[in-house]
Amino acid sequence: MTDVELKSFAMNFGPQHPAAHGVLRLVLEMDGEVVERADPHIGLLHRGTEKLIEYKTYLQAVPYFDRLDYVAPMSQEHAFALAVEKLLGIQAPPRAQYIRVLFAEISRVLNHLLNVTTMALDVGALTPFLWGFEEREEMMEFYERVSGARLHAAYFRPGGVTSDMPAGLAEDIHAYCDRVSKVIDDLDNLLTDNRIFKQRTVDIGIVTGEQACDWGFSGPMIRGSGYAWDLRKAQPYDAYADMDFDIPVGRHGDCYDRYLVRVEEMRQSVRIMRQAIEKMPSGPVKVDDRKIAPPPRAQMKRSMEALIHHFKLYTEGYHVPAGETYTAVEAPKGEFGVFLVSDGSNKPYRCKIRAPGFAFLQALDFMSKGHMLADVVSIIGSMDIVFGEVDR
Amino acid sequence: MNPVLADLGSHVEAALPDHVTGTEQALGELVVHVRASSLLRVLTFLRDDSQCLFKCLVDLCGVDYPERPQRFEVVYNLLSLDHNLRIRVKATTDEATPVPSAVSVFSAAGWWEREAWDLYGIFFSDHPDLRRILTDYGFEGHPLRKDFPMTGYVEVRYDDSEKRVVYEPVKLVQEFRRFDFESPWEAMTPELPGDEKATRDAFPDRPVGSA
Repeated sequence: MTDVELKSFAMNFGPQHPAAHGVLRLVLEMDGEVVERADPHIGLLHRGTEKLIEYKTYLQAVPYFDRLDYVAPMSQEHAFALAVEKLLGIQAPPRAQYIRVLFAEISRVLNHLLNVTTMALDVGALTPFLWGFEEREEMMEFYERVSGARLHAAYFRPGGVTSDMPAGLAEDIHAYCDRVSKVIDDLDNLLTDNRIFKQRTVDIGIVTGEQACDWGFSGPMIRGSGYAWDLRKAQPYDAYADMDFDIPVGRHGDCYDRYLVRVEEMRQSVRIMRQAIEKMPSGPVKVDDRKIAPPPRAQMKRSMEALIHHFKLYTEGYHVPAGETYTAVEAPKGEFGVFLVSDGSNKPYRCKIRAPGFAFLQALDFMSKGHMLADVVSIIGSMDIVFGEVDR
Repeated sequence: MNPVLADLGSHVEAALPDHVTGTEQALGELVVHVRASSLLRVLTFLRDDSQCLFKCLVDLCGVDYPERPQRFEVVYNLLSLDHNLRIRVKATTDEATPVPSAVSVFSAAGWWEREAWDLYGIFFSDHPDLRRILTDYGFEGHPLRKDFPMTGYVEVRYDDSEKRVVYEPVKLVQEFRRFDFESPWEAMTPELPGDEKATRDAFPDRPVGSA
């Protein structure tokens, strides 16, 4: 038998690759088909969001959050709105809180529909993707009806939401809940027991609970590994304390369990959406403080004071008392946090954005070690990576 | 004041008197200030102590205060899943002094530290792989420092004649406009010139007590 010298082989995966979920450049060291080391190169979509926010007023900073995780825009705004509200020492009125919960859950379904179906696409199933995107389009219409934009909503603002829901929207969303449940069931039927899907995901990329903590995982990634940890339950914000829902938990921490967790979370989200609509109180949708929330249009036509307030709010903005806070929400991908430092001026001094995907991608190296190249695709799919938030 | 956090703060202070320089609570969040040299000791304690169990490093970031002698703050946000608590650990450093890397305590610290190095130039000693992470290959400077201009120094474009992407100094048609919203009226003291006459003694030479 002759000696054969085996050399590891470096391979570039991306940045232009459909399974890279955006602009991920992955340098893989391969031993044949087996991954020895994965080195993700990120930052190809870095836009300097944190620097830009330091130069904008608090209100102007809101739309930047839509552009982070553009799959579920309102969840990001939610974290920023809550952080600013904490520094200002205000609380959104009850109706605004319910609207926020309703749209945060719509965002969650939007996100999970995209993730579950594109993950299926990565491992070879095309149909779920087509079904899922039809539903996403319908839900983005709800976004459009409430805020005027399908994606960049800028709807959740410090002190409440921009404007109340238009007449008839609540009924339409409620009716839609039944339709989307049906689609989720269909997706479930199509994928969950699918032999090929299971071959590609079961026992792939296993993360133990201990590892999940160590690598700063959150959201479906930590729940898939057996922790029943959900900020909506553990540290409830807005109206989540009044909602009745369950937290799905995985047992094996593999790609398949993370998929199952997401599917069940969609069902729970629909449940929360129904409750939010049914329990929604009437009343104002932003704080009654003209130094923070703009006056109603009608008032501006008659009141000089209202006009001055409007002008000052949209030029100078409001000054936020000096202080700092780390405020996090359970975004669809995991814990999305904002570390906001205020120096008492009208612009944030520092706004650190804690994106869940950043922590997940960092763990790709250990999760894909020893797996085949094709499994890396399943692992990236199950991580739910969106480069808008990873690169900021 | 949250009594649970207050207890936790005093517990940490009592257990590590030489390492913790102070604890404070603001907006319902507990902050522990530590010496940079004792970071690993404190983080390990917070992770393993049964009253803490902050096993999850949620976030690590730098903050720049150029006017301070120790201009950078390194902020660690920790989460305890067992006790459902959060804590913030802060250390200070300057451009030259390295901070010990927390990778040995929390694996998650690796990329967050790379990011702090990239954006602020905070150096972490014993980091296994301290490369830039978010900025371009070959980028110079640390863009989130307060003295780094928002518009940056270079811009890129594709040069059709050279058939490659070229880097050029930033040319702005209009400077970035930063409006000063500080109202001159708000900066004014409530006292107007001449107000002091109302309280000043009109005849300072007059003996006290004489009418």
